[in-house]
Amino acid sequence: MLDKVGIAKRIAKEIKDGYYVNLGIGIPTLVANYIPKGMNVVLQSENGLLGMGPFPFEGEEDSDLINAGKQTITTVAGSAFFDSAMSFGMIRARKVDLTILGAMEVSDDGDIANWKIPGKMVKGMGGAMDLVASAKNIIVAMQHVNKAGESKLLPKCDLPLTGIRCVKKIVTELAVLDVTPEGFRLLERAPGISVEQIKNATRGRLVIEGNIPEMVIE
Amino acid sequence: MNKIVKNAEEAIRDIKDNATIMLGGFGLCGIPENSIAALVKKGVKGLTCISNNAGVDDFGIGLMLQTRQVKKMISSYVGENEEFERQMLTGELEVELIPQGTLATRCLAAGYGMPAIFTPAGVGTEVAIGKESRKFMVDGVEKEFLMEMAFDADFAIVKAWKGDPHGNLVFRETARNFNPMMAMAGKITIAEVEELVPAGELNPDNIHTPGIYVHRIFQGVNYEKRIEQRTVRKK
Repeated sequence: MLDKVGIAKRIAKEIKDGYYVNLGIGIPTLVANYIPKGMNVVLQSENGLLGMGPFPFEGEEDSDLINAGKQTITTVAGSAFFDSAMSFGMIRARKVDLTILGAMEVSDDGDIANWKIPGKMVKGMGGAMDLVASAKNIIVAMQHVNKAGESKLLPKCDLPLTGIRCVKKIVTELAVLDVTPEGFRLLERAPGISVEQIKNATRGRLVIEGNIPEMVIE
Repeated sequence: MNKIVKNAEEAIRDIKDNATIMLGGFGLCGIPENSIAALVKKGVKGLTCISNNAGVDDFGIGLMLQTRQVKKMISSYVGENEEFERQMLTGELEVELIPQGTLATRCLAAGYGMPAIFTPAGVGTEVAIGKESRKFMVDGVEKEFLMEMAFDADFAIVKAWKGDPHGNLVFRETARNFNPMMAMAGKITIAEVEELVPAGELNPDNIHTPGIYVHRIFQGVNYEKRIEQRTVRKK
Protein backbone atom coordinates (compact mmCIF):
# COMPACT_ATOMS: atom_id res chain seq x y z
CA MET A 1 0.00 0.00 0.00
CA LEU A 2 1.25 3.49 -0.81
CA ASP A 3 1.42 6.34 1.66
CA LYS A 4 0.89 9.96 0.58
CA VAL A 5 4.52 10.33 -0.45
CA GLY A 6 4.28 7.13 -2.48
CA ILE A 7 1.23 8.44 -4.34
CA ALA A 8 3.06 11.71 -5.01
CA LYS A 9 6.16 9.86 -6.26
CA ARG A 10 4.11 7.70 -8.60
CA ILE A 11 2.26 10.72 -10.03
CA ALA A 12 5.57 12.52 -10.55
CA LYS A 13 6.45 9.81 -13.09
CA GLU A 14 3.59 11.04 -15.29
CA ILE A 15 5.18 14.47 -15.71
CA LYS A 16 7.05 15.03 -18.95
CA ASP A 17 9.81 17.41 -19.92
CA GLY A 18 8.42 20.79 -21.02
CA TYR A 19 5.13 20.45 -19.14
CA TYR A 20 3.23 23.31 -17.54
CA VAL A 21 1.58 21.79 -14.46
CA ASN A 22 -1.04 22.96 -11.97
CA LEU A 23 -0.88 21.22 -8.60
CA GLY A 24 -3.83 21.21 -6.23
CA ILE A 25 -3.72 21.35 -2.44
CA GLY A 26 -2.71 18.27 -0.39
CA ILE A 27 -0.96 15.26 -1.96
CA PRO A 28 -0.65 17.04 -5.35
CA THR A 29 1.50 19.74 -3.72
CA LEU A 30 3.95 17.00 -2.66
CA VAL A 31 4.42 15.96 -6.29
CA ALA A 32 6.66 19.02 -6.82
CA ASN A 33 9.28 17.40 -4.57
CA TYR A 34 9.66 14.36 -6.85
CA ILE A 35 9.86 15.87 -10.33
CA PRO A 36 13.00 14.24 -11.80
CA LYS A 37 16.08 16.46 -11.68
CA GLY A 38 17.04 18.01 -14.98
CA MET A 39 13.46 17.98 -16.23
CA ASN A 40 12.10 21.35 -17.36
CA VAL A 41 8.71 21.73 -15.70
CA VAL A 42 6.92 24.99 -14.91
CA LEU A 43 4.43 25.03 -12.04
CA GLN A 44 1.36 27.24 -12.41
CA SER A 45 -0.30 28.71 -9.35
CA GLU A 46 -3.79 29.91 -10.28
CA ASN A 47 -3.57 33.06 -8.14
CA GLY A 48 -1.24 34.41 -10.81
CA LEU A 49 2.19 32.82 -11.16
CA LEU A 50 4.05 30.62 -13.61
CA GLY A 51 7.34 29.33 -12.23
CA MET A 52 6.52 28.59 -8.60
CA GLY A 53 9.53 27.70 -6.47
CA PRO A 54 9.90 26.11 -3.03
CA PHE A 55 8.97 27.68 0.30
CA PRO A 56 11.18 30.66 1.21
CA PHE A 57 14.01 30.39 3.73
CA GLU A 58 13.07 31.52 7.22
CA GLY A 59 13.06 35.32 7.37
CA GLU A 60 12.68 35.69 3.60
CA GLU A 61 8.89 35.36 3.44
CA ASP A 62 7.18 37.93 1.22
CA SER A 63 3.51 38.64 1.95
CA ASP A 64 2.93 39.56 -1.71
CA LEU A 65 4.14 36.15 -2.89
CA ILE A 66 1.82 33.25 -2.11
CA ASN A 67 0.42 30.16 -3.83
CA ALA A 68 -3.22 29.18 -4.28
CA GLY A 69 -3.16 27.59 -0.83
CA LYS A 70 -2.16 31.01 0.57
CA GLN A 71 1.25 29.66 1.58
CA THR A 72 4.37 31.79 1.24
CA ILE A 73 6.47 30.63 -1.72
CA THR A 74 9.30 31.76 -3.99
CA THR A 75 9.74 32.13 -7.73
CA VAL A 76 12.24 30.35 -9.96
CA ALA A 77 14.31 31.88 -12.77
CA GLY A 78 12.02 32.62 -15.72
CA SER A 79 8.84 33.08 -13.71
CA ALA A 80 5.97 35.40 -14.64
CA PHE A 81 3.15 37.07 -12.71
CA PHE A 82 -0.30 37.80 -14.12
CA ASP A 83 -3.84 38.54 -12.97
CA SER A 84 -6.57 36.03 -12.10
CA ALA A 85 -8.48 36.45 -15.39
CA MET A 86 -5.39 35.63 -17.43
CA SER A 87 -4.59 32.76 -15.09
CA PHE A 88 -7.94 31.11 -15.75
CA GLY A 89 -7.67 32.18 -19.37
CA MET A 90 -4.58 30.01 -19.83
CA ILE A 91 -6.34 27.19 -17.99
CA ARG A 92 -9.51 27.49 -20.08
CA ALA A 93 -7.51 27.74 -23.31
CA ARG A 94 -5.77 24.46 -22.36
CA LYS A 95 -2.27 25.88 -22.26
CA VAL A 96 -1.66 24.03 -18.98
CA ASP A 97 -0.57 20.48 -19.89
CA LEU A 98 -1.43 18.65 -16.69
CA THR A 99 -3.64 19.27 -13.67
CA ILE A 100 -3.15 17.15 -10.56
CA LEU A 101 -5.77 17.37 -7.86
CA GLY A 102 -7.38 15.52 -5.00
CA ALA A 103 -10.88 14.03 -4.96
CA MET A 104 -13.44 12.70 -2.53
CA GLU A 105 -15.16 10.57 -5.20
CA VAL A 106 -14.63 9.71 -8.87
CA SER A 107 -17.07 7.88 -11.13
CA ASP A 108 -16.16 5.29 -13.76
CA ASP A 109 -17.01 7.75 -16.54
CA GLY A 110 -14.66 10.38 -15.12
CA ASP A 111 -16.95 12.60 -13.04
CA ILE A 112 -15.28 14.11 -9.99
CA ALA A 113 -16.58 15.35 -6.63
CA ASN A 114 -14.19 17.25 -4.41
CA TRP A 115 -15.75 20.47 -3.11
CA LYS A 116 -18.85 19.91 -1.04
CA ILE A 117 -20.21 17.51 1.56
CA PRO A 118 -23.92 18.15 2.22
CA GLY A 119 -24.54 18.97 5.88
CA LYS A 120 -20.98 20.14 6.42
CA MET A 121 -19.65 23.68 6.14
CA VAL A 122 -19.23 24.48 2.46
CA LYS A 123 -16.06 26.42 1.83
CA GLY A 124 -16.38 26.76 -1.91
CA MET A 125 -14.97 25.33 -5.10
CA GLY A 126 -12.18 27.87 -5.51
CA GLY A 127 -10.62 27.19 -8.91
CA ALA A 128 -11.41 23.47 -9.00
CA MET A 129 -14.45 23.68 -11.30
CA ASP A 130 -12.54 25.82 -13.80
CA LEU A 131 -9.57 23.46 -13.73
CA VAL A 132 -11.49 20.23 -14.21
CA ALA A 133 -13.76 21.70 -16.90
CA SER A 134 -10.85 22.74 -19.10
CA ALA A 135 -7.76 20.69 -18.35
CA LYS A 136 -6.23 18.65 -21.19
CA ASN A 137 -5.12 15.98 -18.77
CA ILE A 138 -6.27 15.44 -15.20
CA ILE A 139 -4.65 13.04 -12.76
CA VAL A 140 -6.44 12.53 -9.47
CA ALA A 141 -4.59 11.68 -6.26
CA MET A 142 -7.02 10.10 -3.82
CA GLN A 143 -7.72 7.40 -1.27
CA HIS A 144 -9.31 4.31 -2.86
CA VAL A 145 -11.59 3.74 0.14
CA ASN A 146 -12.84 5.97 2.96
CA LYS A 147 -12.20 5.42 6.66
CA ALA A 148 -15.18 3.06 6.83
CA GLY A 149 -13.63 0.96 4.05
CA GLU A 150 -16.19 2.04 1.42
CA SER A 151 -15.08 2.57 -2.16
CA LYS A 152 -14.61 6.10 -3.48
CA LEU A 153 -14.31 4.82 -7.07
CA LEU A 154 -17.98 4.57 -7.92
CA PRO A 155 -20.43 3.90 -10.76
CA LYS A 156 -21.81 7.38 -10.02
CA CYS A 157 -20.68 10.03 -7.53
CA ASP A 158 -22.94 10.49 -4.50
CA LEU A 159 -21.50 13.88 -3.56
CA PRO A 160 -22.20 17.12 -5.48
CA LEU A 161 -20.07 17.18 -8.62
CA THR A 162 -17.14 19.44 -9.38
CA GLY A 163 -17.02 18.44 -13.05
CA ILE A 164 -18.19 15.76 -15.45
CA ARG A 165 -16.34 13.27 -17.66
CA CYS A 166 -12.96 14.88 -17.09
CA VAL A 167 -10.69 12.60 -15.02
CA LYS A 168 -8.13 10.71 -17.13
CA LYS A 169 -6.02 8.89 -14.56
CA ILE A 170 -6.23 8.01 -10.86
CA VAL A 171 -3.46 7.13 -8.45
CA THR A 172 -4.58 5.73 -5.09
CA GLU A 173 -2.89 3.94 -2.20
CA LEU A 174 -3.79 0.68 -3.97
CA ALA A 175 -3.54 1.19 -7.72
CA VAL A 176 -3.03 3.23 -10.86
CA LEU A 177 -6.08 3.31 -13.12
CA ASP A 178 -7.08 4.99 -16.36
CA VAL A 179 -10.62 6.20 -16.95
CA THR A 180 -11.85 4.69 -20.26
CA PRO A 181 -15.25 4.42 -21.96
CA GLU A 182 -15.42 0.89 -20.46
CA GLY A 183 -14.76 2.13 -16.94
CA PHE A 184 -11.69 2.13 -14.68
CA ARG A 185 -8.86 0.25 -16.41
CA LEU A 186 -6.42 -1.22 -13.89
CA LEU A 187 -2.84 -0.45 -14.94
CA GLU A 188 -0.67 -1.12 -11.89
CA ARG A 189 -0.92 -2.49 -8.37
CA ALA A 190 0.69 -0.82 -5.36
CA PRO A 191 3.49 -2.89 -3.77
CA GLY A 192 2.03 -5.86 -1.92
CA ILE A 193 -1.54 -5.31 -3.15
CA SER A 194 -3.40 -8.02 -5.08
CA VAL A 195 -5.80 -7.59 -7.98
CA GLU A 196 -8.45 -9.12 -5.71
CA GLN A 197 -7.98 -6.38 -3.09
CA ILE A 198 -8.36 -3.70 -5.77
CA LYS A 199 -11.49 -5.41 -7.11
CA ASN A 200 -13.01 -5.43 -3.63
CA ALA A 201 -12.18 -1.76 -3.12
CA THR A 202 -13.69 -0.59 -6.43
CA ARG A 203 -17.44 -0.20 -6.84
CA GLY A 204 -17.38 1.30 -10.34
CA ARG A 205 -16.85 -0.77 -13.50
CA LEU A 206 -13.34 -2.19 -13.42
CA VAL A 207 -11.50 -3.52 -16.47
CA ILE A 208 -8.71 -6.00 -15.73
CA GLU A 209 -6.85 -7.35 -18.72
CA GLY A 210 -3.82 -9.62 -18.62
CA ASN A 211 -1.16 -9.56 -15.98
CA ILE A 212 -1.26 -6.38 -13.85
CA PRO A 213 2.25 -5.33 -12.89
CA GLU A 214 3.29 -4.00 -9.51
CA MET A 215 4.27 -0.35 -9.73
CA VAL A 216 7.91 0.66 -9.55
CA ILE A 217 8.77 3.56 -7.30
CA GLU A 218 12.27 4.63 -6.41
CA MET B 1 -5.68 64.60 -14.29
CA ASN B 2 -5.66 64.60 -10.54
CA LYS B 3 -7.70 61.86 -8.95
CA ILE B 4 -5.94 62.00 -5.62
CA VAL B 5 -8.11 62.01 -2.54
CA LYS B 6 -6.79 62.58 0.96
CA ASN B 7 -7.45 59.19 2.50
CA ALA B 8 -9.73 56.17 2.66
CA GLU B 9 -12.53 58.05 4.43
CA GLU B 10 -12.73 60.55 1.59
CA ALA B 11 -12.44 57.83 -1.05
CA ILE B 12 -15.42 55.86 0.27
CA ARG B 13 -17.49 58.90 1.32
CA ASP B 14 -20.45 58.13 -0.96
CA ILE B 15 -20.67 54.36 -0.45
CA LYS B 16 -24.15 53.94 0.97
CA ASP B 17 -26.12 51.16 2.65
CA ASN B 18 -27.02 48.25 0.32
CA ALA B 19 -24.28 49.09 -2.21
CA THR B 20 -22.60 46.36 -4.27
CA ILE B 21 -18.84 46.57 -3.94
CA MET B 22 -15.96 44.59 -5.37
CA LEU B 23 -12.90 44.11 -3.22
CA GLY B 24 -9.60 42.98 -4.71
CA GLY B 25 -7.27 40.42 -3.17
CA PHE B 26 -6.63 36.69 -2.91
CA GLY B 27 -6.81 35.50 0.68
CA LEU B 28 -5.18 38.35 2.59
CA CYS B 29 -2.79 39.11 -0.28
CA GLY B 30 -3.39 42.40 -2.08
CA ILE B 31 -6.48 43.44 -0.11
CA PRO B 32 -7.48 47.13 0.30
CA GLU B 33 -6.76 47.31 4.04
CA ASN B 34 -7.28 51.06 4.44
CA SER B 35 -10.63 51.11 2.65
CA ILE B 36 -11.93 48.14 4.64
CA ALA B 37 -11.01 49.93 7.87
CA ALA B 38 -12.81 53.06 6.63
CA LEU B 39 -15.93 51.08 5.70
CA VAL B 40 -15.98 49.57 9.20
CA LYS B 41 -15.63 53.05 10.72
CA LYS B 42 -18.36 54.50 8.49
CA GLY B 43 -20.67 51.63 9.43
CA VAL B 44 -22.47 51.23 6.09
CA LYS B 45 -24.72 48.18 6.17
CA GLY B 46 -26.43 45.72 3.85
CA LEU B 47 -23.44 45.48 1.55
CA THR B 48 -23.10 42.93 -1.22
CA CYS B 49 -19.41 42.13 -1.48
CA ILE B 50 -17.84 40.51 -4.53
CA SER B 51 -14.46 39.20 -3.48
CA ASN B 52 -12.64 35.91 -4.03
CA ASN B 53 -12.45 35.27 -0.28
CA ALA B 54 -13.96 36.69 2.89
CA GLY B 55 -10.84 37.30 4.95
CA VAL B 56 -10.18 35.79 8.38
CA ASP B 57 -11.99 36.55 11.63
CA ASP B 58 -9.90 39.59 12.57
CA PHE B 59 -8.58 40.80 9.21
CA GLY B 60 -9.76 41.69 5.74
CA ILE B 61 -13.47 41.39 4.98
CA GLY B 62 -13.75 39.43 8.25
CA LEU B 63 -13.69 42.82 10.00
CA MET B 64 -16.87 43.86 8.15
CA LEU B 65 -18.51 40.57 9.09
CA GLN B 66 -17.79 41.16 12.78
CA THR B 67 -19.77 44.42 12.51
CA ARG B 68 -22.60 42.74 10.48
CA GLN B 69 -22.19 45.09 7.55
CA VAL B 70 -22.32 42.43 4.86
CA LYS B 71 -25.67 41.14 3.58
CA LYS B 72 -24.30 38.95 0.82
CA MET B 73 -20.91 37.54 -0.20
CA ILE B 74 -20.13 36.46 -3.75
CA SER B 75 -16.91 34.44 -3.56
CA SER B 76 -15.17 31.28 -4.72
CA TYR B 77 -13.73 30.15 -1.38
CA VAL B 78 -14.62 31.25 2.12
CA GLY B 79 -13.02 28.68 4.36
CA GLU B 80 -10.96 30.56 6.92
CA ASN B 81 -13.50 32.46 8.95
CA GLU B 82 -15.54 31.30 11.99
CA GLU B 83 -17.79 34.36 12.15
CA PHE B 84 -18.55 33.89 8.46
CA GLU B 85 -19.52 30.28 9.11
CA ARG B 86 -21.76 31.27 12.02
CA GLN B 87 -23.61 33.95 10.04
CA MET B 88 -23.98 31.64 7.06
CA LEU B 89 -25.44 28.82 9.16
CA THR B 90 -27.90 31.15 10.94
CA GLY B 91 -28.97 32.63 7.62
CA GLU B 92 -27.85 36.16 8.54
CA LEU B 93 -25.46 36.14 5.63
CA GLU B 94 -26.35 35.18 2.08
CA VAL B 95 -23.54 33.40 0.24
CA GLU B 96 -23.17 32.78 -3.48
CA LEU B 97 -20.25 30.51 -4.32
CA ILE B 98 -18.99 30.66 -7.89
CA PRO B 99 -15.95 29.17 -9.61
CA GLN B 100 -12.84 31.31 -9.30
CA GLY B 101 -12.25 31.66 -13.03
CA THR B 102 -15.90 32.58 -13.53
CA LEU B 103 -15.56 35.26 -10.85
CA ALA B 104 -12.47 36.72 -12.50
CA THR B 105 -13.92 36.59 -16.00
CA ARG B 106 -17.25 38.16 -15.00
CA CYS B 107 -15.20 41.11 -13.70
CA LEU B 108 -13.20 41.16 -16.90
CA ALA B 109 -16.37 41.15 -19.01
CA ALA B 110 -17.65 44.21 -17.12
CA GLY B 111 -14.38 46.05 -17.76
CA TYR B 112 -14.39 45.07 -21.43
CA GLY B 113 -17.98 46.14 -22.00
CA MET B 114 -19.25 42.63 -22.71
CA PRO B 115 -22.57 41.60 -21.16
CA ALA B 116 -21.75 37.91 -20.76
CA ILE B 117 -19.14 35.22 -21.13
CA PHE B 118 -19.27 31.50 -21.90
CA THR B 119 -17.32 29.14 -19.69
CA PRO B 120 -17.26 25.37 -19.26
CA ALA B 121 -16.69 25.73 -15.49
CA GLY B 122 -19.62 24.24 -13.61
CA VAL B 123 -21.27 22.39 -16.50
CA GLY B 124 -23.09 19.36 -15.09
CA THR B 125 -22.87 20.69 -11.51
CA GLU B 126 -25.22 22.65 -9.27
CA VAL B 127 -23.53 25.84 -10.51
CA ALA B 128 -25.30 25.29 -13.85
CA ILE B 129 -28.80 25.19 -12.38
CA GLY B 130 -31.03 27.83 -13.95
CA LYS B 131 -28.35 29.06 -16.34
CA GLU B 132 -28.47 29.21 -20.11
CA SER B 133 -25.94 27.03 -21.85
CA ARG B 134 -24.69 26.65 -25.40
CA LYS B 135 -22.63 24.13 -27.27
CA PHE B 136 -19.58 25.18 -29.27
CA MET B 137 -16.98 23.19 -31.19
CA VAL B 138 -13.62 23.11 -29.42
CA ASP B 139 -10.74 21.27 -31.12
CA GLY B 140 -13.24 19.38 -33.24
CA VAL B 141 -15.35 18.25 -30.29
CA GLU B 142 -18.70 19.66 -29.23
CA LYS B 143 -18.49 21.08 -25.73
CA GLU B 144 -21.04 22.73 -23.46
CA PHE B 145 -20.53 26.20 -21.99
CA LEU B 146 -22.51 28.15 -19.40
CA MET B 147 -23.48 31.73 -20.03
CA GLU B 148 -22.35 33.86 -17.08
CA MET B 149 -23.23 37.54 -16.82
CA ALA B 150 -20.82 40.44 -16.36
CA PHE B 151 -20.89 41.84 -12.84
CA ASP B 152 -22.65 45.09 -12.14
CA ALA B 153 -20.94 46.73 -9.16
CA ASP B 154 -21.45 50.24 -7.78
CA PHE B 155 -17.89 50.43 -6.51
CA ALA B 156 -14.65 48.53 -6.98
CA ILE B 157 -11.98 48.92 -4.32
CA VAL B 158 -8.50 47.73 -5.21
CA LYS B 159 -5.04 47.79 -3.72
CA ALA B 160 -1.96 48.45 -5.86
CA TRP B 161 1.75 48.69 -5.15
CA LYS B 162 2.28 51.98 -6.97
CA GLY B 163 0.01 54.53 -8.55
CA ASP B 164 0.07 58.08 -9.91
CA PRO B 165 -2.36 61.04 -9.96
CA HIS B 166 -3.87 59.80 -13.25
CA GLY B 167 -4.86 56.58 -11.53
CA ASN B 168 -2.35 54.44 -13.40
CA LEU B 169 -1.60 51.35 -11.33
CA VAL B 170 1.22 48.86 -10.93
CA PHE B 171 0.79 45.73 -8.86
CA ARG B 172 3.40 43.57 -7.20
CA GLU B 173 3.86 39.80 -7.48
CA THR B 174 0.79 37.70 -6.63
CA ALA B 175 -0.83 40.69 -4.90
CA ARG B 176 -2.05 41.51 -8.41
CA ASN B 177 -4.65 38.68 -8.53
CA PHE B 178 -8.21 40.09 -8.88
CA ASN B 179 -7.24 43.75 -8.52
CA PRO B 180 -6.74 44.71 -12.20
CA MET B 181 -10.00 43.25 -13.45
CA MET B 182 -11.99 44.58 -10.53
CA ALA B 183 -10.45 48.01 -11.14
CA MET B 184 -11.89 47.82 -14.66
CA ALA B 185 -15.29 46.65 -13.50
CA GLY B 186 -16.49 49.24 -10.98
CA LYS B 187 -18.81 52.10 -11.89
CA ILE B 188 -16.61 54.00 -9.47
CA THR B 189 -13.18 52.55 -8.83
CA ILE B 190 -11.15 53.43 -5.76
CA ALA B 191 -7.47 52.51 -5.64
CA GLU B 192 -5.32 52.59 -2.54
CA VAL B 193 -1.59 52.32 -3.13
CA GLU B 194 1.50 51.65 -1.07
CA GLU B 195 3.33 54.36 -2.96
CA LEU B 196 1.73 57.31 -4.73
CA VAL B 197 4.25 58.77 -7.19
CA PRO B 198 4.18 61.93 -9.36
CA ALA B 199 2.84 61.70 -12.92
CA GLY B 200 5.59 60.60 -15.29
CA GLU B 201 7.41 58.46 -12.80
CA LEU B 202 5.78 55.18 -13.77
CA ASN B 203 7.04 53.75 -17.03
CA PRO B 204 4.03 53.75 -19.41
CA ASP B 205 5.20 50.37 -20.71
CA ASN B 206 4.80 48.86 -17.27
CA ILE B 207 1.33 50.05 -16.29
CA HIS B 208 -0.97 47.16 -15.38
CA THR B 209 -4.19 49.22 -15.05
CA PRO B 210 -4.50 52.40 -17.16
CA GLY B 211 -5.85 55.33 -15.16
CA ILE B 212 -9.02 55.66 -17.23
CA TYR B 213 -10.50 52.87 -15.12
CA VAL B 214 -9.64 54.53 -11.81
CA HIS B 215 -11.69 57.39 -10.34
CA ARG B 216 -10.05 57.99 -6.97
CA ILE B 217 -6.61 57.16 -5.69
CA PHE B 218 -4.93 57.67 -2.34
CA GLN B 219 -1.72 56.96 -0.51
CA GLY B 220 -2.46 54.13 1.92
CA VAL B 221 -0.95 54.03 5.39
CA ASN B 222 0.14 51.47 7.98
CA TYR B 223 -0.10 48.37 5.81
CA GLU B 224 -0.01 45.19 7.84
CA LYS B 225 0.08 42.84 4.82
CA ARG B 226 -0.61 39.86 7.01
CA ILE B 227 0.55 36.40 5.92
CA GLU B 228 -2.17 33.76 6.13
CA GLN B 229 0.00 30.61 5.88
CA ARG B 230 3.63 31.17 6.76
CA THR B 231 5.53 28.29 5.19
CA VAL B 232 9.34 28.23 5.20
CA ARG B 233 12.26 25.87 4.75
CA LYS B 234 15.42 25.69 6.83
CA LYS B 235 18.62 27.22 5.52
